[in-house]
Amino acid sequence: MSVAPFIVLSAILFTIGCVGVLTRRNAIVVFMCVELMLNASNLALVTFARANGNLDGQIAAFFVMVVAAAEVVVGLAIIMNIFRTRRSASVDDASLLKY
Amino acid sequence: MNAPALMSAPLMHLPPVVDPSATSGVFSLLWLVVALPALGAVVLLLAGKRADAWAHLLGCATVAISFLISLILFFSLLGRGHGDRQVTQHLWTWFSAGHYTVNLDLLYDPLSALFLLLITGVGGIIHVYSIGYMEHDERRRRFFGYLNLFVAAMLVLVLASDYVGLFLGWEGVGLASYLLIGFWQHKPSAAAAAKKAFVINRVGDMGLFLGSALIFVTFGSTSFAAVSASSHQASSGTLTVIGLLLLLGACGKSAQFPLQTWLLDAMEGPTPVSALIHAATMVTAGVYLIVRSNFIFSLSENARTAVIVIGCITLLMGAVIGCAKDDIKKALAGSTMSQIGYMVLAAGLGPAGYAFAIFHLLTHGFFKANMFLGAGSVMHGMDDDVNMRHYGALRKAMPVTFATFAIGYLAILGVPPFAGFWSKDKIIEAAFGQNFVVGLCTLVGAGVTAFYMTRLMLMTFETSKRWEKGMHPHESPKVMTNPLKSLATLSALGGLFLVNGWITTWLTPVVGERVEHSLAVGSIGMSLIALVVVGIGVAVAWQLVGSRPVPRVAPENVSVFTRAARADLYGDAVNDEVVIKPGVAGIRGLGVFDGSVVDGIVQGLAASLTAISVKLRLVQNGFVRSYALAVLAGALIVIFAMLAVNFS
Amino acid sequence: MSFPWLTVMLAVPVVVALALAFAPKSISATTVKQIALGTSLVVLVLGIVMAIRFDNNGGMQFTETHDWIKTFGAHYALGVDGLGLSLVLLTVILTPVVILASWNDGDEGRWGPKGFFAWILALEGLAVGVFAATDVFLFYIFFEATLIPIYFLVGGYGGPNRAKAAVKFLLYNLFGGLVMLAAVIALYVESAKATSGPSYLLSDLSHLHVGTDVGRWMFLGFMVAFVVKAPLFPLHTWLADTCEEATPGTSVLLVSVLDKIGSFGMVRFCLVLFPEASRWATPAVVVLAVISIIYGALMAIGSDNIPRLIAYTSVSHFGFIVLGIFVLNSQGLSGANLYMFNHGLSTAALFLIGGFLISRKGTASISRMGGIEKVAPVLAGLFLVSGLATLSLPGLSPFISEFLVIVGAFVYSPWAAAFAVTGIVLAALYILVMYQRMMTGPGPEEIASSPISDLNLREIVSVVPVIALIVLLGFFPKPLLDMLNPGVQHSLVQVGAHDPTPTVPLSGGSGEGGSK
Repeated sequence: MSVAPFIVLSAILFTIGCVGVLTRRNAIVVFMCVELMLNASNLALVTFARANGNLDGQIAAFFVMVVAAAEVVVGLAIIMNIFRTRRSASVDDASLLKY
Repeated sequence: MNAPALMSAPLMHLPPVVDPSATSGVFSLLWLVVALPALGAVVLLLAGKRADAWAHLLGCATVAISFLISLILFFSLLGRGHGDRQVTQHLWTWFSAGHYTVNLDLLYDPLSALFLLLITGVGGIIHVYSIGYMEHDERRRRFFGYLNLFVAAMLVLVLASDYVGLFLGWEGVGLASYLLIGFWQHKPSAAAAAKKAFVINRVGDMGLFLGSALIFVTFGSTSFAAVSASSHQASSGTLTVIGLLLLLGACGKSAQFPLQTWLLDAMEGPTPVSALIHAATMVTAGVYLIVRSNFIFSLSENARTAVIVIGCITLLMGAVIGCAKDDIKKALAGSTMSQIGYMVLAAGLGPAGYAFAIFHLLTHGFFKANMFLGAGSVMHGMDDDVNMRHYGALRKAMPVTFATFAIGYLAILGVPPFAGFWSKDKIIEAAFGQNFVVGLCTLVGAGVTAFYMTRLMLMTFETSKRWEKGMHPHESPKVMTNPLKSLATLSALGGLFLVNGWITTWLTPVVGERVEHSLAVGSIGMSLIALVVVGIGVAVAWQLVGSRPVPRVAPENVSVFTRAARADLYGDAVNDEVVIKPGVAGIRGLGVFDGSVVDGIVQGLAASLTAISVKLRLVQNGFVRSYALAVLAGALIVIFAMLAVNFS
Repeated sequence: MSFPWLTVMLAVPVVVALALAFAPKSISATTVKQIALGTSLVVLVLGIVMAIRFDNNGGMQFTETHDWIKTFGAHYALGVDGLGLSLVLLTVILTPVVILASWNDGDEGRWGPKGFFAWILALEGLAVGVFAATDVFLFYIFFEATLIPIYFLVGGYGGPNRAKAAVKFLLYNLFGGLVMLAAVIALYVESAKATSGPSYLLSDLSHLHVGTDVGRWMFLGFMVAFVVKAPLFPLHTWLADTCEEATPGTSVLLVSVLDKIGSFGMVRFCLVLFPEASRWATPAVVVLAVISIIYGALMAIGSDNIPRLIAYTSVSHFGFIVLGIFVLNSQGLSGANLYMFNHGLSTAALFLIGGFLISRKGTASISRMGGIEKVAPVLAGLFLVSGLATLSLPGLSPFISEFLVIVGAFVYSPWAAAFAVTGIVLAALYILVMYQRMMTGPGPEEIASSPISDLNLREIVSVVPVIALIVLLGFFPKPLLDMLNPGVQHSLVQVGAHDPTPTVPLSGGSGEGGSK
């Protein structure tokens, strides 16, 4: 089995996520793109785990999932709060933390 | 350092060695001579107002007892054998570092014995005089405290057995002089004069400081005993440098060129101070230093040449300044400068002149103190006016002052048989013995002295009355005239020291055998020539001052020489232009430098850090997506860097 | 185990300071002052007892050594030799003097008298620690810790620009301290190479063999910190700014006591730990010291502000001290050691009496004074005496140290001495010009309308002991010199320097003033 297709897919997904984070204004979409990047890297990890025949990569992928889940909880809560106070979910509007 | 030798080098005898024995018997009282005035000073200065009533009595008593002890010691020393006239009293070890030890010891030998008598004797007389002179001053207690402090310090100066010990007294008298010149310190001129005296003295002290250091480096000790024992082993270059450094010290304290300017200003002090400190004792300390260091100067011809040159310059400068002054005290101060020039010159003649330097120092102490106190008496009678143009015809009003002053006058002129004749004549003789030019200087100086002293006498006691309105000159009280009488007696009889050449024999253990030079005209002939020159000076003064009315206001249209002499031969002007003005500008510049460069670099560093951070924080613009872009860029740079490293 | 003298002297003021800081608000200001004064007097008595029990030839004494952090080789190790003891004594003598003289100076400060006196006591304890530490790591801790009390004393109780002055003080000294920290860490690295493992104890480190380059770098690291502390040109500008804003008492503790850490450190650490580097650096340090002497004096002459002027005189005097240390001979080093003590006394007197005057006139500007002598003769007299001590008049203690330093400089190089000696003329100028402008003359108009009062009893009692000590040590410095000299010889052996013999040998028998 060749790892190349999986890695290429992972790279494509990561790039899509990356571009999404950089171009989209909506906080929810940005958030989803971040998840996409995480999962792209998960895919790469799992692929290499399979190719090398050990579990290290899979364990790392589990860690990423757990942390991502925790992050979602915190992140969504922040976005909710921002939306409530500012009636907008645009990341560009939330630029008070500067200088 | 290759000054042309002024004399054909005679075969040098090695100078005598200071090799004292420990004190015993009556000599163990030596410390009391210093301790009594010191104690007086402490008591008077700390006691406060409650001592006001008896302060002057205590002040006089301490000095009087010191004088009595000095007399006893003197006769005890006289009773000792010729080679046994040096005793030392160990007080305590002052300080030590490594193999360098300085003891606070007192050295009593023929030289210090004479000084002890002069300081406590003339000092005591002036103390008594001050009772009357300072009677109406509310701070008389403090005045006597300072005077006692001075006497104690001066005694330390002449009794020290070590250059550093001498320096203790040296600076002590400087302090007393500072305090006393500035005694009326509510007068800005007095405060400034006091400061000037101290600071210029400090310039000289640098010489003494470095001289002591060089002496230590050369001999491993600064005690007179050790240095005199091995001075002949030192190289002549070293001895010359030591000699020049000590000469610098002497110039400061003795108001010799080029450090002479403070003495005229020092006349701001009360007149007894001028008599005691700035005529009889302190200003002669430089002469003492040179004579005491004979074991260095005798071995260095170059150093002696420098001493002679300084002495010649100062004796002429002082005399010229004295000619033009209308302030009676300043005229006398110019004269003091000039007379000390004589002493310094004599000391510079080496073994031929040491004894005469000291001899003239003693007689000058008598007659100059006499005349200063006389001037004080005149001022006392004239409501503290010092301008001689406001005097005139005071002979009748103040007969005692006049008579005593006249004896001092005759003494300084060098009229036989008064004291000055014997001492000054000997110096002129010795000077001609060494070198014709030096001799000529002393002779011219004697003539000019005769001129300005005659001028002073005429303007003060003769000629017509030029008194201020409502002035009633009166003779001073007994407490002031009696000291005048005793000093006049001393001025008349001071020549007795020379009977049978006593003073030269007496000082031989300290300064070595005197070297004689025979003169072409002979001793008597020399004296006659000197008298003729003095006579010319007197005649000129009579012609210019005595035979015509003296204007009450100093005339303006005078020759350039008179103007220069009135301006102290531009000593202060030179100091102003060469030292003070550039100094003030330099310090101002340094202040700017300190603020803008030294501190400015540091402050600038802080300021530029701030400026950079102001710019840098603009990057933190609050847009999450630009942060993300920065993260991406960073990640890409890292990746490419790793690739570059791995594939190269 | 003998009585831990130094720990007690260190701990007593610190503990009392903590107690004062956390004391209830109801405690009255007078009680606070009395407690502070009492504590400092107790410590003074301890110090005097220690001085009596001290054996001049006994090397390090009153030693205490406990392991602290084994992995670093750091110890809690205290002990004093002559130099350390003299500076501990200076600290414990000046603290009660400062407390008494600054009796009311803390009343209007930010944290009131409670904070003021607590910080002063804390400073006393830490200063004792810094002079007594025989472990480099411990020394570093104390060295940095002393900055804290001064920072708060300046920042909380000074003049209008005190905050800025305090920050400047802190940054300068912290900078020096951090450079030193690098050297301290390097010292650990070097000592860890030894077979016995790392140790910061001075007694172990003095045998340490360090490579030439490494030694020179470490020397520089220590030296930078010490040169900032005992300010030499060009790192001196913080001192004048700080003293201008601080209260007189704070300035005394800062200049008389804490700045001595710099010169003390040069003798204790630079010379002993890095002898090769010290000899290597001598010419540069001597030049810097001579520049400081002249520069400080000139700046003092140009100052119109009393504390600023005194601060610049100290720059000049620290030049003398450092000059004496680095000429590396007995006269210079003895003089420098003695100078540290004497300068502490004379500067303290000058600051305190100047402070009394400033608080009366409400201004520190010299040009706005004049004629004070007429209305306050005691104040003027004491000020003159301390000024004369500052200009090294013989008979007052600083003279001996200055003379020895110049002799030592002359032994090293006549040129160094020739330049340094101009300091005595400049000193006469800055002191006497200041005295003339402040104390003499008729004075400005207002002096007649609102005459100032002379010193009161408390003020006289506070400065007279200092003046008395100056006079006493001027004529009889032997006890102090005997205490210092063995240590001087020890340092010179350590640094490998020898006194040159005189050019002309003494002819036997008749030398040394021959009294017996």
